[in-house]
Amino acid sequence: MDQKKTENIDMKQYGMVLALIAVFLIFAAMTGGKNMSPTNINNLIMQNSYVVILAVGMLLCVLTGNVDLGVGSIVALCGAVVGIIIVDYKMSMWAAILAALVVGTLSGMFVGFFVSKLSIPPFIVTLASMLIGRGLTYTLLRAQTKGPLPVSYNFIGAGFLPTMKIPFGTGTMDLVSIGVAVVASVLIILTELKNIRTKKKYGFPNNPMWQIILKECMILMVVWFFFYKLSRYNGIPFVLVIMGILVAVYHFITSRTVAGRQIYALGGNAKAARLSGINTKKVFFWVYTNMGILCAVAGIVLSARNGSATPKAGDQFEMDAIASCYIGGAATTGGVGTIIGAVVGAFIMGILNNGMSLYGWSTDIQKIVKGAVLLGAVTIDLISKRKK
Amino acid sequence: MSDYILEMDHITKEFYGVKALDDVNIKVKRGEIHALCGENGAGKSTLMNVLSGVWPYGDYSGDIKYNGEICQFHNIRQSEAKGIVIIHQELALSPYMSIAENVFLGNEQTSVKGVIDWTKTRKHALDMLTKVGLGNEDLNAPVNTLGVGKQQLIEIAKAMAKKVELLILDEPTAALNDEESKRLLNIMLELKKQGITCIIISHKLNEISYVSDSITVIRDGKTIETLIKGQDEFTEDRIIKGMVGRELTNRYPERDCEIGDKIFEVENWNVYHPEDGDRQIIHDVNFYARAGEVVGFAGLMGAGRTELAMSIFGHSYGQKISGTIKINGKQQNLKSVTDAIEHKLAYVSEDRKTYGLILIDSVKGNMALAALRKFFSSRGVVNHNEEMLAAEEYKKKINIKSNSINETVSSLSGGNQQKVVLAKWMLTQPDVLILDEPTRGIDVGAKYEIYCVINDLAKAGKAVVIISSEMEELIGTCDRVYVLNEGKIAGELNKEEITQEQIMKCIMAEAGKEV
Repeated sequence: MDQKKTENIDMKQYGMVLALIAVFLIFAAMTGGKNMSPTNINNLIMQNSYVVILAVGMLLCVLTGNVDLGVGSIVALCGAVVGIIIVDYKMSMWAAILAALVVGTLSGMFVGFFVSKLSIPPFIVTLASMLIGRGLTYTLLRAQTKGPLPVSYNFIGAGFLPTMKIPFGTGTMDLVSIGVAVVASVLIILTELKNIRTKKKYGFPNNPMWQIILKECMILMVVWFFFYKLSRYNGIPFVLVIMGILVAVYHFITSRTVAGRQIYALGGNAKAARLSGINTKKVFFWVYTNMGILCAVAGIVLSARNGSATPKAGDQFEMDAIASCYIGGAATTGGVGTIIGAVVGAFIMGILNNGMSLYGWSTDIQKIVKGAVLLGAVTIDLISKRKK
Repeated sequence: MSDYILEMDHITKEFYGVKALDDVNIKVKRGEIHALCGENGAGKSTLMNVLSGVWPYGDYSGDIKYNGEICQFHNIRQSEAKGIVIIHQELALSPYMSIAENVFLGNEQTSVKGVIDWTKTRKHALDMLTKVGLGNEDLNAPVNTLGVGKQQLIEIAKAMAKKVELLILDEPTAALNDEESKRLLNIMLELKKQGITCIIISHKLNEISYVSDSITVIRDGKTIETLIKGQDEFTEDRIIKGMVGRELTNRYPERDCEIGDKIFEVENWNVYHPEDGDRQIIHDVNFYARAGEVVGFAGLMGAGRTELAMSIFGHSYGQKISGTIKINGKQQNLKSVTDAIEHKLAYVSEDRKTYGLILIDSVKGNMALAALRKFFSSRGVVNHNEEMLAAEEYKKKINIKSNSINETVSSLSGGNQQKVVLAKWMLTQPDVLILDEPTRGIDVGAKYEIYCVINDLAKAGKAVVIISSEMEELIGTCDRVYVLNEGKIAGELNKEEITQEQIMKCIMAEAGKEV
């Protein structure tokens, strides 16, 4: 059989990204470009960082065909631990961060133990961890806000990387952001070139050249748009670095490692996975432990941004994270979904929230719209699959 | 009135162009117990499903005459309204509901429309249960507190509550022990006195010759003969002859390869049921396979072949497993599937959709799954390019028909799906392959290709163990066959001894010991 030399890009893969851009442009029109201002782009990133961090972990749970409902509570619990160690015990912020990570990891292991060793349905275990976590947070904080947290700690959630500002137009421009954008562009282009070369080397079909160029141009445009806007504000927020690293690492894990493939296999057919030599219990344990660690990271970022630990922190974050995964194309039955999809899903929700606030809609209306978008996105996704 | 309660004339039913039933005729006299015999897949259950309306009118051709009138059932409800009730092998009871509730499940005793009359329910339930000898049971006990035998009887009580005239029992004694079976058979004789006609499908020929008045034998979807008590010879041997006697055509590729040393030995293998620690599923099984040899496992459904294979394959089935496994002469303790793969053992499951494939994944993804850690990754990172090359290679090698290696396996035909599962295990580079029903539900052409793959594996010096319910397949492919019955090895047959009669005799001899 002859090997095809070219193969069209599967547009479905990029459907969500296009939807994201479309939503953004619609709100740009509605708000007269207010949502494109450098300040707002910066806010978008800072406001949505926790949801993105949680969505990344949640995707792994969703891939197994389950969810973690305890996420919001564990975020609050880890924030409370930070607050108590810094404010009450006057210890260093490093001790506080470490303690929060340990608490997050342990609560993840707690859930993982029940799910994997005792085979209790994750829905039940995480419903319990949601209640226990929230209750513990209120107890530890005596239902009061703990603060203020030191400025050095707040940097994690609200700080920026060092900048090199030059006057530009009506304001300034940060050369560091521009530099990062240049490096990112070069990396993106080099990766694509390497990709084309290996495909040629092994004789696999490549996409037509014009499609590749179009795709790369789109990606570069989005990258430059973001970094240009950031450079006009205050440079690169530190949370963007955390987010970027996490997304890159988890994207790699899910798409390139054996561990990632095992999660997909488990979600696709647990029985077949077990008979193919995959220790499904172990996979479950680590997926939920990992979720706990990411809850700690989100808890640290959130408390740092707020400058305090509050018992109400992280309320309903689990729902945002779960919704992000499903909007991003993950299947409720498990085995389908990508990290990039979940991140895009999180940003679609974020842009909706942000745009509606700017347009002056109340949070009540925002909830209705978010619910409708979730339902609509998943309905369209499932119906289009059914037709196939 | 005719003395036949049921006449099925010229029934033909096709599944995707394959004739499952081909011009079947069966006549059942009023008030008799009529047995239906045949190998697995001969078409017995399909015939009964046609009768009860599971396959609706129009889906098959031919006539069903019931009580002298032609019937056209579109669903089970219509056949039940006429008094035809079928009891399937898998019981249709709701485990946590009470006995009384189950007796009237789907047939609730109501006072006003939609409101259940509990007094009436209990009273009538008791009547029905008395008829099947369960008059002393607590009506309010949940059904799952009873044993399988009694549950089977409750199914019959349930059928009686529907005013049954023709009761069909599909393998009613398959899950029962001898005592329970005996009891059930006696109740059938009791029902006969009350004027109820029964059709029984069973593999246990001794039971059939004990209980039935006439026997219809079906083979390959065709009626072969009907034997009548008192007129024809009514022995097990006679029934077996009807069931298996057929011509053999050359549907199996020749294999000519040297048989080497024993590379796989299983000794004193014992396994207990995973949920019931007192029920022993496998009893002291010993067997071996040599390099380049194809060894078969024959036996009826429920003989324990799959359970044996899965318990060997990294303890994937059962508990309290004991015995030793030697691979290449060295004793190995295979506690997990990972261990089994590590020691070059592979198991291709009988149910490819449930246990073999990840249906939403691609051909490539499925193929690489079991070998991912060992051959397609370094330090936990997958090498996609090697994976794609291997998938392409095997796609060509065993002729998998798919548009590309990225196609999802759910869109492939059964034969091609089976080849994907085979490729998955060949990629782990095993020395011993256990193939459980490797050709179930796939067409003749694909079967031939799979036999060729099996031959190639044997030629490459692997030991292949085939579990199959198609005796012809074992005869055509195996160098040696073990017969398993009720978890015990009932016989071992060498190449020249393997015939269907011999296999059946082994099974019957072993089963006969216990009755």
